[in-house]
Amino acid sequence: MLHKRRSRVAARRQPRAPVFAALGDETRLSLVAKLCAGQPYSISQLTKGSKLTRQAITKHLRVLENAGLVRNIHAGRESRFEFDPKPVEELRKYLDLVSGQWDQALSRLKSFVEG
Amino acid sequence: MNNQIEKRIELKAPVSRVWRALTDYREFGQWFRVKLDGPFVPGQTARGQITYPGYEHVKWEAVVQKMEPERLFSFTWHPYSVDSKIDYSKETPTLVEFRLETTSNGTLLLLTESGFDKIPTDRRLEAFRRNDGGWTEQMKNIENHVAQTS
Repeated sequence: MLHKRRSRVAARRQPRAPVFAALGDETRLSLVAKLCAGQPYSISQLTKGSKLTRQAITKHLRVLENAGLVRNIHAGRESRFEFDPKPVEELRKYLDLVSGQWDQALSRLKSFVEG
Repeated sequence: MNNQIEKRIELKAPVSRVWRALTDYREFGQWFRVKLDGPFVPGQTARGQITYPGYEHVKWEAVVQKMEPERLFSFTWHPYSVDSKIDYSKETPTLVEFRLETTSNGTLLLLTESGFDKIPTDRRLEAFRRNDGGWTEQMKNIENHVAQTS
């Protein structure tokens, strides 16, 4: 039976970690793209077919995990990583919100200078 | 992912008029809905109090960067820092730039806000959710809008 447990890092959810910065790297983007498919992968599976070493992949996964983009799931003795879409969604919602506030402010500016 | 906000708006008013609305602290305050303590000066912090209904308790603060007459006005700030319990000053601010261009009908205003890659998003969203009224309403509008257009 699968026993899921969030890693300590993910449980703390470090909200201050910059999601954009974590995504601003080719290797990490490709890892996220792979994990986006929905199924969790082990480090070995993620290393297979990559030019990078297991250590390098692990390091990139930790960066993603610290940004809350990836979760480490432990199933028995096995450790797998899965994608967590929440930070990306929240980031987009936040930008949409700030953007909407500008729309309102600029429409007030328009009435102000044209009136 | 795009980490900057860009807006373009055509204003049927001469550049000189728009420039004044942007950079005269009293005029800026009227449309932006903030009561500022004094004029904008490059390199200095402009302070004031929000006058937007329901947010009168919120302080407004921005550091003026550039004022190139009738061309560019910019400042850095912490966008929508509405939660008085949070110390936003430790966070990296975003940069707001207003660029003006003369057109046949008046003025083209280009607004960009950049630097969102350093924003602690989860916490900001929490702050918005805690505030009822306008922000919640606005968030719903945006969510509906996004749902319809995506």
